[in-house]
Amino acid sequence: MRWTLLVCLFCFAAGVWAGDVGRIKAAAGAVFLERQGERLPATVGMPVQESDTLVTGADGSAGVTFSDNSVLSVGPGSVLAIERYAFDSTTHNGHFDASLKKGTLAVVSGKMVKQSPDAMRVRTPSSIMGVRGTEFVVKVTEPGN
Amino acid sequence: MLVLVLGALVILGAIYAEPAPLEQPVVVLPSPVGHTATVVQRPPDETVVVLPSPDGHTGTVVVQRGGERHVLNQPFAASRLTGGQSEMVQLSDAEVRQSFAVTLEALPARPTTFLLYFVRGTDELTDESKQELKKILAELKQRPVPNIMVVGHTDTVGKLEANDLLSAQRAERMKGFLIEIGIPAGQIQTAGRGERELLVPTADNIDEPRNRRVEINVR
Repeated sequence: MRWTLLVCLFCFAAGVWAGDVGRIKAAAGAVFLERQGERLPATVGMPVQESDTLVTGADGSAGVTFSDNSVLSVGPGSVLAIERYAFDSTTHNGHFDASLKKGTLAVVSGKMVKQSPDAMRVRTPSSIMGVRGTEFVVKVTEPGN
Repeated sequence: MLVLVLGALVILGAIYAEPAPLEQPVVVLPSPVGHTATVVQRPPDETVVVLPSPDGHTGTVVVQRGGERHVLNQPFAASRLTGGQSEMVQLSDAEVRQSFAVTLEALPARPTTFLLYFVRGTDELTDESKQELKKILAELKQRPVPNIMVVGHTDTVGKLEANDLLSAQRAERMKGFLIEIGIPAGQIQTAGRGERELLVPTADNIDEPRNRRVEINVR
């Protein structure tokens, strides 16, 4: 138990939690990470993991930098699921699937997209976006808004 | 050890901290009173816009929506779904920046790489790179929770093993400067690549200033 804790501490210090794929770099207003049924208040510096969902309140916004150097941000009233993420820092192979259920999203793609143009996909309720090395923004709103 | 214990307390505190409740927006649905016609459930409206990157280059986003395929490869080209109608439109810089202002404001600084050069055979920066270092440190101070990888290199003068050592020293020296401005040591990794990864390929024992360098990769 003691050793486990020490190992965990070491990993924490080195920033190499096995499951970490990114880090919260900006958080304003109400920002949460939903992880395995739990809703964690998201703060600057907090690690992001595969299968996390980033949720912002009506006054919230947040920015995340990923291990392949892709960066993204969400605006107020957003729900963004990081569905799949993997990146090999040696080969630069990987995949990144995210799904914007509602709200706004800005994305700057990273190294895995440079390596393989089909590595990143972003979904919305009605669309699938393939990303070929670029910056883009997405908005999903209820009809009439 | 004390540091570890304190660290453990901080972590446990973070793990067991009570999550604050998120404000639940109250959704008021319009009731179809007095209507006998079927209410058509429409999908949410969507907008996808490609932006030019700071270097002026614009990439491509391919939007697949039902049977439609929109290829967006011009600055501010957009694919829209409005009231169930899908179309490609050209938006203006101003309207996109305004519409996504809060979101773009939250976008983290892009990861970047800086190069600094050394005086031959030492871990002393050249005068020019000393000036450059000041600018780099000022920029790094602006970045919240940076993750940094410093990789040292040498030219091909001298033995391979000596160069491995020198390159590691160069990286460590830079790490010292980063710690001085308050970046936690745990967020800085270093590596020395010796003469194994030349920026300018040369034969052995060639004094090439551009190979005597560190790369500071910031994320």
